[in-house]
Amino acid sequence: MVKTIQVRELISKNIKSTKNKYVDKLMPYIFFVAASISIITTIGIVYTLIFDGLKFFREVPLREIFSTRLAPLASNPSFGILPIINGTIITSIIAMCVAIPIGLSTAIYLSEYASDKVRKKIKPLVEVLAGIPTIVYGFFAYSFVTPLLMTIIPDLGAKNALSPGIVMGIMITPLVASLSEDAMNSVPNEMREGALALGSTKLEVTFKVVIPAAISGIIASFVLGISRAVGETMIVVIGSGSSKNFTFDITQSMQTMTAYIVEFTSGDAGSGTLGYYSLYAVGLLLFVFTLLMNLLAQYISRKYREEY
Amino acid sequence: MININKNNNERNIVFDVKELNLWYGNDKALKDLNFGIKQNDVTAIIGPSGCGKSTFIKTLNRLIELIPSVRIEGEVLYNGTNIFDTSRSVEELRSGVGMVFQKPNPFPKSIFENVVYGPKIHGLRDKRKLLELAEISLKRAALWDEVKDRMNDNAYELSGGQQQRLCLARALSMEPDVLLMDEPTSALDPIATAKIEELIMELKKEYTIVIVTHSMQQAARISDETAFFLLGELIETGNTNEIFTNPRDKRTEDYITGRFG
Repeated sequence: MVKTIQVRELISKNIKSTKNKYVDKLMPYIFFVAASISIITTIGIVYTLIFDGLKFFREVPLREIFSTRLAPLASNPSFGILPIINGTIITSIIAMCVAIPIGLSTAIYLSEYASDKVRKKIKPLVEVLAGIPTIVYGFFAYSFVTPLLMTIIPDLGAKNALSPGIVMGIMITPLVASLSEDAMNSVPNEMREGALALGSTKLEVTFKVVIPAAISGIIASFVLGISRAVGETMIVVIGSGSSKNFTFDITQSMQTMTAYIVEFTSGDAGSGTLGYYSLYAVGLLLFVFTLLMNLLAQYISRKYREEY
Repeated sequence: MININKNNNERNIVFDVKELNLWYGNDKALKDLNFGIKQNDVTAIIGPSGCGKSTFIKTLNRLIELIPSVRIEGEVLYNGTNIFDTSRSVEELRSGVGMVFQKPNPFPKSIFENVVYGPKIHGLRDKRKLLELAEISLKRAALWDEVKDRMNDNAYELSGGQQQRLCLARALSMEPDVLLMDEPTSALDPIATAKIEELIMELKKEYTIVIVTHSMQQAARISDETAFFLLGELIETGNTNEIFTNPRDKRTEDYITGRFG
């Protein structure tokens, strides 16, 4: 006779003590509360932004808001928002001019050209870049990239839009590269074989088949990169300074929306003043902008998703 | 008895395989193959799974080299020149040797863009000519009537059988000399399979066709020549009728009578 462990007997003996009904009922509630926290926080943020932001919009006429004169602490204060929107857009454009070509090229190399062995080593290395604290990037922009650029552009200001823009691009590159690579990697190999069998070169396969098939994921990575650039703070605070001039000259200091908030929460604006409420207005604008960008990214990935 | 091998000696050998050996790393997958594929024949490659059928057919257009561990020795003469010759580009070879795969693999583009993909990347830009070419190719693949009103629809809206005929049309638009088919009906239902088989019978008038198939009935129905592979070796090759009625090798007989495989 084969000896067996009396499993059935063991189960019936232990079924009550191993299955704790109390814990089973309680845990879903704990999970639910955890899941609610981020939603509640979002609602709280939106509420404060709208509530205090509205105080600003009620006091300041729209014509002043959409002017180019930003001087919140002057004896004759003016709250034109265009200089900091301009600063945000210009630094973001510079960042994307760096991040899109380098990020996409990295993705193409990793997905189409690198061997499995190389990919497994390089991809984590690229993603390390994304883990560096942004204050380190800001310091890098101010103390390394700006002096370096000064050797090429002698007129470059110590605080300027160009250098933090470039460094922001470097920071966003891994995000674009990693998400684009995921999208390209999920294109089935049969499609590459089909294109190669028609006499395509590898480059043609990449640009005519793989990238069009992965375009939704690639564009979504660009949009997420842009919203990252718009929301980035430390790099532009350190690198681009706080000039509120409305200018398109990237060699000069420009303040972004995020940098404006940093400057005024560091103590200059007393609670209850108009300058104080302007922070909420800018915060609200930033929130709406990044929200729209994220929705756009989601819409694009769904709309242009290739069915295969 | 009727001689089915009409004019056999006068016809050209399109692919002449000489002492072909192929390894995946240390595993030998093709062993000393010597084998000629004649023009305008349908040559069926049969054999059990893992015998090297797909490896062999993918060697003919060098697609097998996508696998990094592959090492090849020997020669494959295509119209007289060795396909592994470094002086000849692999793109040139593949533009003359079309391929249809196991699973339909259209590109996620419109039906029209799928059909004209090949000619377009090789520089044909004239929109009128491309439209004409798309029509001719789709007619040859017996798909024109089903798609002529929806040329701009995404290819993935077609059924599996239609997708496979689209892939055939895509290969035909290159006006190739040879069509390689790697189990082209294995993912299709019987009706779609019958359609593809009918097409092969029609297409062999103009093309040389090499088809890998799992189905012995399919090989018997559509091929002129049959080659039986086993564990990377070419066991027997010859006229399909002869192989199926009077195999020379015991192993061939065992396989076609269903004793293994």
